Amino acid sequence: MVILETKGLSKSFGAVTAASEINVVINEGEVVGVIGSNGAGKTTFINMVTGYLKPSEGTIYYRGKNITGLSPRKITRAGICRSFQIAQLFKELTTLENMVIAFRMLENKRLGGFAPLLTEKSVEQSLKELKEYGIDEYSDAVVATLPQGVRKLLDIAMALAGQPALLLLDEPTSGVAIDEKFDLMDTVMNAVNRTGAATLFVEHDMEIIEKYATRVIAFYDGSIIVDAPTSEAMVHPDVKEYIIGTELHRHTEESLDNV
Amino acid sequence: MDTLLVILIDGLIYSSWLFIVAVGLTLIYGVMKILNLAHGSLYAIGAYTAASLVGWYFGTGHFPWSGFVLFIGAAILAGMLTGFIIERALLQFMYGRDEVVMILVTYGVLLILEDVTKLIWGVDAYFAYQPYSMLGRIKLSGISFAGYDLSLILVAILVGFALWYALNQTRRGKLLRAVIHDREVSLAMGINVSKVFVVTFVIGSALGALAGGLTAPALSVAPGIGIEVIILAFAVVVIGGLGSVGGAAVGALLVGIFRALAVHTYPQLELFVIYGVMAMVLSIRPQGLFVTATARKI
Amino acid sequence: MLSQDTTSRNLWIAMCAFVLLAFFLPNWLSFLTTVALAKGLVVLGLVLLMRTGLVSFGQGLYYCLGGYVVGILGTYLGVTDVAILLVITIVSSIVISFLLGLLLCRYREIFFAMLTMAFSMILYGILVKSEIFGSTDGFNIEPASLMGWHPAIESLGTWIYLFTVMLTFLFLQGMHRYFRSPLGFAGKAIRENEIRVEYLGVSPKKVILLKYVIAAVLAAVGGALTAMVAGHVDPEMAFWTTSGEFVFIALLGGITHVAAPIIGAIIFEIIRTFAFDLAPYSWQMILGGALLLIIFFLPNGLWSLLPTRKSGGSL
Repeated sequence: MVILETKGLSKSFGAVTAASEINVVINEGEVVGVIGSNGAGKTTFINMVTGYLKPSEGTIYYRGKNITGLSPRKITRAGICRSFQIAQLFKELTTLENMVIAFRMLENKRLGGFAPLLTEKSVEQSLKELKEYGIDEYSDAVVATLPQGVRKLLDIAMALAGQPALLLLDEPTSGVAIDEKFDLMDTVMNAVNRTGAATLFVEHDMEIIEKYATRVIAFYDGSIIVDAPTSEAMVHPDVKEYIIGTELHRHTEESLDNV
Repeated sequence: MDTLLVILIDGLIYSSWLFIVAVGLTLIYGVMKILNLAHGSLYAIGAYTAASLVGWYFGTGHFPWSGFVLFIGAAILAGMLTGFIIERALLQFMYGRDEVVMILVTYGVLLILEDVTKLIWGVDAYFAYQPYSMLGRIKLSGISFAGYDLSLILVAILVGFALWYALNQTRRGKLLRAVIHDREVSLAMGINVSKVFVVTFVIGSALGALAGGLTAPALSVAPGIGIEVIILAFAVVVIGGLGSVGGAAVGALLVGIFRALAVHTYPQLELFVIYGVMAMVLSIRPQGLFVTATARKI
Repeated sequence: MLSQDTTSRNLWIAMCAFVLLAFFLPNWLSFLTTVALAKGLVVLGLVLLMRTGLVSFGQGLYYCLGGYVVGILGTYLGVTDVAILLVITIVSSIVISFLLGLLLCRYREIFFAMLTMAFSMILYGILVKSEIFGSTDGFNIEPASLMGWHPAIESLGTWIYLFTVMLTFLFLQGMHRYFRSPLGFAGKAIRENEIRVEYLGVSPKKVILLKYVIAAVLAAVGGALTAMVAGHVDPEMAFWTTSGEFVFIALLGGITHVAAPIIGAIIFEIIRTFAFDLAPYSWQMILGGALLLIIFFLPNGLWSLLPTRKSGGSL
């Protein structure tokens, strides 16, 4: 079943074209990797799909329904959730409180003003979830004190709390130490497999792409240049020229920094 | 026909006064991102300084026209001095804090200065009418207006032009505009933002005090004038767009004309009209009329 | 994880203490306490907004509204029954705050602060120019009654004191529960990261609108009670410096604990009464200086001087 389909999606900011003619089809349960250098249009694409930006042209269909131009709130309720390049959390609250809030807000019930939010039941549910991500030891720590890797996991955990049909991850391993990246992705993909969500993740690390994505979409200069199964995409001449060339260089630099 | 002219001239006079009051406020916000509630106190200090000097000078029988230079100059100086003290003794330690916190800080300063003014000048009203009557009355199309009030229009135009020239045609002015646009980048480019801040705050304070000094001969100077004026200045600055000098001019014009309309038709709606205009503008353009959009956050 | 809820119990104890005090407090002190509690209610509503990240410089609008509703109904329409007055106060504040809130919920930071200030000043401007309501002088209010029973003038103050104590603690208990509820947390969440709240499917605007209305009701009730005990209202209640006082008290007490606004208001009123007697021309200076000191050294209010558990769990 087709979960997401975009037709002719474009976005311009005045004279700058951030994205043009983006046509993408995501099917149920797929795991798609999105690559491209900075400014190529990847985050713009995610921002349009999740309602943060209104497309200049084109349409977005989610499960057959036209969601173009809807607010992030409505799109979240429809079943599309996302994580962020910089983890968007409630910094002065604890990890546990963040998780409980996420669960409660994503429920389809109106928020109440009388019964407490933190009950034995809600706390237990959230602790269990945090355990799945391996971050329950941080449950009482205020988010502002958390290391980057934990923050990103919490960010993703909160996105998955709503059992979305489509999950968009914006650079899930960015800012995370190289030796922790794979652990993080393993945890995330375990959680994703439990919910059966279709996943699209943006990544700069080609090793992560090769290991976890079954299909790759490559952006360059606002357009999609390649959309193919991973093995094909990674050896495609255009990808090699426009993306991997620069990515490999970046990866090499990171490795050298960590020597 | 007559009433229309009266409304227009009245409006222009009020707009001119509003502009001079508000332009200092918008300048300070634009550069320092501080909404300075204490601007009202500077207005009051300018007014009191001018009023007490007028009272003394015109009683001594000296050449009357130099009195103008004296009381206006003194008001400006008083403003500059007060502004300098506020910035160096307090504000410079608070940069980088949340904008709303800064409002609270300037509110604290306002409260302190209100009592300082009372302690220096007492609680009785000052009447500095001499300069006002000296400029006589001028007849426009059969209606008599005070020369002093009309000259406010000239002063406002002068101040506006001077600011425009300074900001757009001088090197220092362009540096200022750079800081208004982006403080971090300006710092990275080597602009001494600290110095720019002091200078801006002093100039803004001077402008506020100037407005007060100019008003002194036209009204009675009494405790509380600063507090009354600050909300009007806000409305103007918000309508025009925080940080925009041109916006302050447009905002002042809008508010002045609408207010004159209200005063000559339904006086009870005076304040209502002023804030009504502000609410209306904000609902259509939340940033004010002349301010650019901000960058993406995620 | 889950903290013990001792606050509710402590509030009940405190309420009993206040009720008992009615028999011991001299008139001037019970008057001061009544006014302090009433103002504390206004500040409680303001704190609700501040926890959501919004500082209102215009709660005076509803404070004045509540006062004038009581005044107009009593003096011009002969309605002095406190129950009826309260109901009309609450209803009118809901209506007005809902309408204004629809516009205000779209703004944040200084725009929100200034718009609220502006609306409060509009009311001030209207009242100052209204001859029928006494312009700047305001007018005196008919003594309150309940279901036809008019208490003797000597004991009226005590009855209003008791009424105020009851109402205040009722609202305190309610707000205590509210702060710990999903909506209460939603406010904190909005303050921390509004974008994330949207991405969790909740409308920040709707939540803010609701909080604005609640804060307005609290302010209006505070104003109504003040009017009843003072026997007088004037437009000064809507002047922006009145709202500024409420902000000061909120900062004094901090926004962490539900009783802080009340305690802050009591401290404020006591200091104000003495400062006014001793140094009438320095009161604002003291206030301003204290404000600056609090901002510099005690950003979490006086409450932060007490030893606390590590953050997390308590609200």
